[in-house]
Amino acid sequence: MRRLTWFNATSLTLGFAFLYIPMLIVIIYSFNESRLVTVWGGFSTKWYGELFRNEAFLDAAWVTFKVALASSIIATILGTMGAYVLVRGGRFFGRTLFSGMIYAPLVMPEVITGLSLLLLFIAIGLDRGLFTIILAHATFSMCYVSVVVSSRLVSFDKSVEEAALDLGCTPFDAFRSVTLPIIAPAVISGWLLALTLSLDDLVIASFVAGPSATTLPIKVFSSIRLGVSPEINALSTILIGLVTIGTVTASLATKRAVVRRRRAEQMAEKTA
Amino acid sequence: MNLRRASLIVVPYLWLMALFLVPFLIVFRIALSDTALAIPPYTPTLELSEGWAGLRDMLSQLDFENFSFLASDDLYWKSYLSSVQIALISTFFCLLIGFPLAYGMSNAPEEWQPTLMLLVILPFWTSFLIRVYSLIGLLSQEGMINQFLGWIGVISEPLEILNTNIAVYIGITYTYLPFMILPIYATLIKLDRSLLEAAEDLGCSRTQAFWMITIPLSKAGIIAGCFLVFIPALGEFVIPSLLGGSQTLMIGKVLFEEFFSNRDWPVASAVAVILLLILIIPIVLYQRNEQRQMEANQ
Repeated sequence: MRRLTWFNATSLTLGFAFLYIPMLIVIIYSFNESRLVTVWGGFSTKWYGELFRNEAFLDAAWVTFKVALASSIIATILGTMGAYVLVRGGRFFGRTLFSGMIYAPLVMPEVITGLSLLLLFIAIGLDRGLFTIILAHATFSMCYVSVVVSSRLVSFDKSVEEAALDLGCTPFDAFRSVTLPIIAPAVISGWLLALTLSLDDLVIASFVAGPSATTLPIKVFSSIRLGVSPEINALSTILIGLVTIGTVTASLATKRAVVRRRRAEQMAEKTA
Repeated sequence: MNLRRASLIVVPYLWLMALFLVPFLIVFRIALSDTALAIPPYTPTLELSEGWAGLRDMLSQLDFENFSFLASDDLYWKSYLSSVQIALISTFFCLLIGFPLAYGMSNAPEEWQPTLMLLVILPFWTSFLIRVYSLIGLLSQEGMINQFLGWIGVISEPLEILNTNIAVYIGITYTYLPFMILPIYATLIKLDRSLLEAAEDLGCSRTQAFWMITIPLSKAGIIAGCFLVFIPALGEFVIPSLLGGSQTLMIGKVLFEEFFSNRDWPVASAVAVILLLILIIPIVLYQRNEQRQMEANQ
């Protein structure tokens, strides 16, 4: 009994308008000829050219990319291990503390995470730079990966794993050839989440980045403080475009996987 | 086998100990220290060379002075109160916009669902900073809203929205809206629609059925959504510093400035400790709500 009433239609339209109009305006004004951001001066792509000639932005983008790639890979490995320990680890000393440490960073305000990591790095005399940002990002992203992967681990049938062990697999083989393929979609979405969190992070990076490593959000933040600029509009448009392509592709891929699985299930039913 | 299991546990365990628990203990310890003109800018510091005596010496110098300072200075408790107030108001607006949107989504035809879901998730993946930035151009004195209102003749003078608390409410509502929509939508889509039919057959009007069935059954989603907005909004730094004005007091911003502008590490750490204490209540309530929902699903 789904009925789309007038009230529903209106709230959908207004709600999505609220979510999308600000971003659409940024996209439209990135093609504005005029330097003035509120006056339309004709169509132009010159700000994209300016952006790609801006060394500082390009350097920051490169730093951000390196940090995101390295930290998301570390986070995915540690996070998957963490999820496995949480769900399949059984009892061990300090289990409550462990699960607390996995869940706490999710609700920890970024200013506190950033402050505490900075104080640690100073206390142990670690020079701030690329390496410290990677450590910081890997730490908070691994918790997100753990949560995503553990929800998948909880829901799948443990007996498949046990069957592999009964049939003579070593635990490692069983993990590699049975568990990993089953949890792979969750591991991949955990990795994507870690990548996005790292690309996006401003606050924690502001604390732990030294003068030698500036990430793109830090650079964008300091230039936004001075007001709206056409270059930032162009940069935003590129980022919004990339996210849109990524999200749409991912959702099409999942849809296809679902269709394929349904077809396989139907085939299996027919043959049985 | 046991060695493998042990190493599987030990690696993430030690990582989190070293980079989550220990840093937090350091914050707590510095919160109990005094500010000093030195590097690092606090005292006492631990002299490892003095061994146990040094440790005892350091511990004896720690005190709660910073906390009594926070309590005595207006700025801090006003910022805590105003953070709570701003987070509450923004959460309310999120609910006001998010619930009808999630409700509309759940009533939309089946084949629209994936697209509508995509439309909610897309802003969720888009850079937070860019989304806050997109509001600046909209809310400023010569921005779109003022241009539009001036053009249709509602106002003669441009409204001052940017750099006020109103801009902060709009900013938090705008950026955290997906966090409100997703859990509410998740409960609404699972709702057994035959209950609504039964209610209508028994003579309920649609409005009555909405208040007596839809709202109570989506309560868990509403509560989860509110906490998911309220908790991060409380410690927010980016939105008040970009959209708010100089009179906008939020504790995340105060902490940042205390640390970077005033270089007062002990006070910044004490601010952080209090912020966490305030957050414990909503976090515990949120966890209890999640647990109840999990038990209900089993």
